Amino acid sequence: MATQLEPATQTDEDAFRAEVQQFLADNFPEELKGTNNALSGVDGPTNETPAQKKWREAMGARGWGTPTWPKEYGGGGLTKAQAKILEQEMGKAGAYNPIAGMGVMMFGPTLLEYGSEEQKKEHIPPITRGEIRWCQGYSEPNAGSDLANLQTFAEDKGDHYLVNGQKTWTSGGQWADKCFAIVRTDKSDKHKGISFMLIDMDSPGVEVRPITMISGTSPFCETFFTDVKVPKENLVGEEGQGWTIGKRLLQHERTNISGGGSLARLMGQSLGEIAKKYQPTGDDGELADAVLRDKIADFEIRWNSFLLTARRAVEESKAQGGVSEISSVLKKLGTKLSQERSELLIEIRGLQGLGWEGDGFRDSELEAVRGWLFGKATTIYGGSTEIQNNIIAKRVLGMLDHQ
Amino acid sequence: MAVLNEEQEMLRDMAREWAVNESPVTEFRKVRASGEPEAFNRDAYATMAEMGWAGVIIPEEHGGSDFGFMSAGLVVEELGKTLTASPLVMNTVAASAIVLGGSDEQKAKWLPKLASGEAIATIAVDEGATHDPSKIETSVSGGKLSGTKAFVHEAHGADLFVVAAKDGLYLVEKGDGVSLATRKLTDQRSHADVTFDGAAADKLANGGDSLLDDVLDRARVLTAAEMLGMAQQVFDDTLAYLKQRVQFNQVLASFQALQHRMADLFADLAQMRSAVEAGLQAVDGGFGVARAATIAKAEANRVMHTMANEGIQLHGGIGMTDEYDVGFYLKRARVLEQSFGSSSYLKDRFAKLSSY
Repeated sequence: MATQLEPATQTDEDAFRAEVQQFLADNFPEELKGTNNALSGVDGPTNETPAQKKWREAMGARGWGTPTWPKEYGGGGLTKAQAKILEQEMGKAGAYNPIAGMGVMMFGPTLLEYGSEEQKKEHIPPITRGEIRWCQGYSEPNAGSDLANLQTFAEDKGDHYLVNGQKTWTSGGQWADKCFAIVRTDKSDKHKGISFMLIDMDSPGVEVRPITMISGTSPFCETFFTDVKVPKENLVGEEGQGWTIGKRLLQHERTNISGGGSLARLMGQSLGEIAKKYQPTGDDGELADAVLRDKIADFEIRWNSFLLTARRAVEESKAQGGVSEISSVLKKLGTKLSQERSELLIEIRGLQGLGWEGDGFRDSELEAVRGWLFGKATTIYGGSTEIQNNIIAKRVLGMLDHQ
Repeated sequence: MAVLNEEQEMLRDMAREWAVNESPVTEFRKVRASGEPEAFNRDAYATMAEMGWAGVIIPEEHGGSDFGFMSAGLVVEELGKTLTASPLVMNTVAASAIVLGGSDEQKAKWLPKLASGEAIATIAVDEGATHDPSKIETSVSGGKLSGTKAFVHEAHGADLFVVAAKDGLYLVEKGDGVSLATRKLTDQRSHADVTFDGAAADKLANGGDSLLDDVLDRARVLTAAEMLGMAQQVFDDTLAYLKQRVQFNQVLASFQALQHRMADLFADLAQMRSAVEAGLQAVDGGFGVARAATIAKAEANRVMHTMANEGIQLHGGIGMTDEYDVGFYLKRARVLEQSFGSSSYLKDRFAKLSSY
């Protein structure tokens, strides 16, 4: 097998591909084929079937759930080319990645960049094995878009901090083991008074209350901290460095929200095709409702040019060796189009597309309704569309107070 | 901006430099002031042809460079930025009809002349004010073509017309049996209703049943490229204006209401560029052309429409004056929007191509 230092040759790649195929044959339970990760994201409790557990442990032992993370911390230590092969082979086998969640998407990459050696050794390996679930302690009742206005205070008590305050929109807070949080250690400076620290969710004084959302689910929580002791070694970086570290983590979050790839999978089926199942067509096979047909075409044309834009951003980034200027618009465009699609799907299905529960509705219909409602959050979280507009105007277009 | 090869970068830089230095909007003003119905500067077009721009999609054996539509689009985009009035787009589209459908003799006769600028060609398809290639009455009998084509672009300068008849495309030279009635449109460019009355016609016999669609798709992507240059220029000019105009003791660029509108336009422009470039590349790749060209022109129509309107509004009163350039972009934008496929036509075509 090629190591990261050696240039990969075709032979190495073939050998690695064979290794992956063998691993999948040995370890991926047939019954899980084509299913999704039960623990992905933040929207469910931890209750794995034995097969799911076996698969997670097998992947975790190889570090292949976090394929490009360093081996010394439990990652796969694979090159990008090898990671690609792994992904391809898993796709062919119908195998999902059982190592997921906020630890993988956001916290791990950030800690690898800013954490101390001890912190990395302690926190990264459990993430690579999918054993620990992390939640994000960022927003507060008075710190949403104006995140730096956060007031949760960590008082220096010598060998530990004493944390008091309230976080909200804590995704998966009720199921999380640990929380990466930004808190205030200095009240005299808005940005430089913020520090990044790690809090055990089972510490005395931590109380979590799930918030029921309009979609009927409770993926978000309010989290209260009352005299919570946080050891000093759980501070990441220096005191006052929290805003810098916290923003870096948000970049990972935005990449995940806007990723054209996953949206493309989500929105793969042509609305026109769906509409033909719900709406009358003429002798020519065209939708009889000309207005609806026009709306669908209008949407799909714009959706196509969004996919082309996402692809162009990737190509430009590769060619320039940096982030493309148009990356800044992907979150704004992708989330809006995704919401628009959900609305159009309702119009296509009529009241059949607004089912809340019951046998009279297909699973795909019920899922679409919950998705439509939950999807309203996408233009609010991860930096609302209005915040994205501020970023584009100020940083990309240079529209400032004084020219 | 698509990732370009070295030749394409050189071509684009050359076009950009020439357009900015030799063909700024003041040159279009001169053309307009001349009142000539052909509405372009012959000397300028000769220079463009000398630089090879008229032959970008013409094979090397016929005097072109065969760089393809993406390259042609780069030149057209730069010329669109300064509203350069020329028959370049229509000549390129007409030449593509001969490349796709012409016999060896027809290619040898016309392509070298079209590449060198010695002759100019255009296409004559629509017979009404709305683009609809399914409604063609023009017919040919005994090699003589008769019918009337509406609002033909660059008709006054054309030596050769690629004419859509019921049974295919024909080459018709200007002269006997061809008469023009000028139609002055708001963009002050060359448009005419062209009546063919038993004009000698030479059929483009190759290229198959899809020849007309293939040629129109090339017209769509290249028109979209011109619109892309125009939209980019309106955006850049508007942004520059907002950064220098002061009201309430602040530059307009500092107002959030305006910042967010510019962010929206920036996102729209990104979509338009992606769609147009993909359309041009699809023509060169020869795969999924109909769909890509439909998306390209539909997005160009949508974004250019908004961009022109917002350009005027964000400039305020000065944007309403003839002395200021932004109004020219609005007027040209609408003419191109209605040519070779309005938004409703293109959405219908997209739905048909997607079988719903």
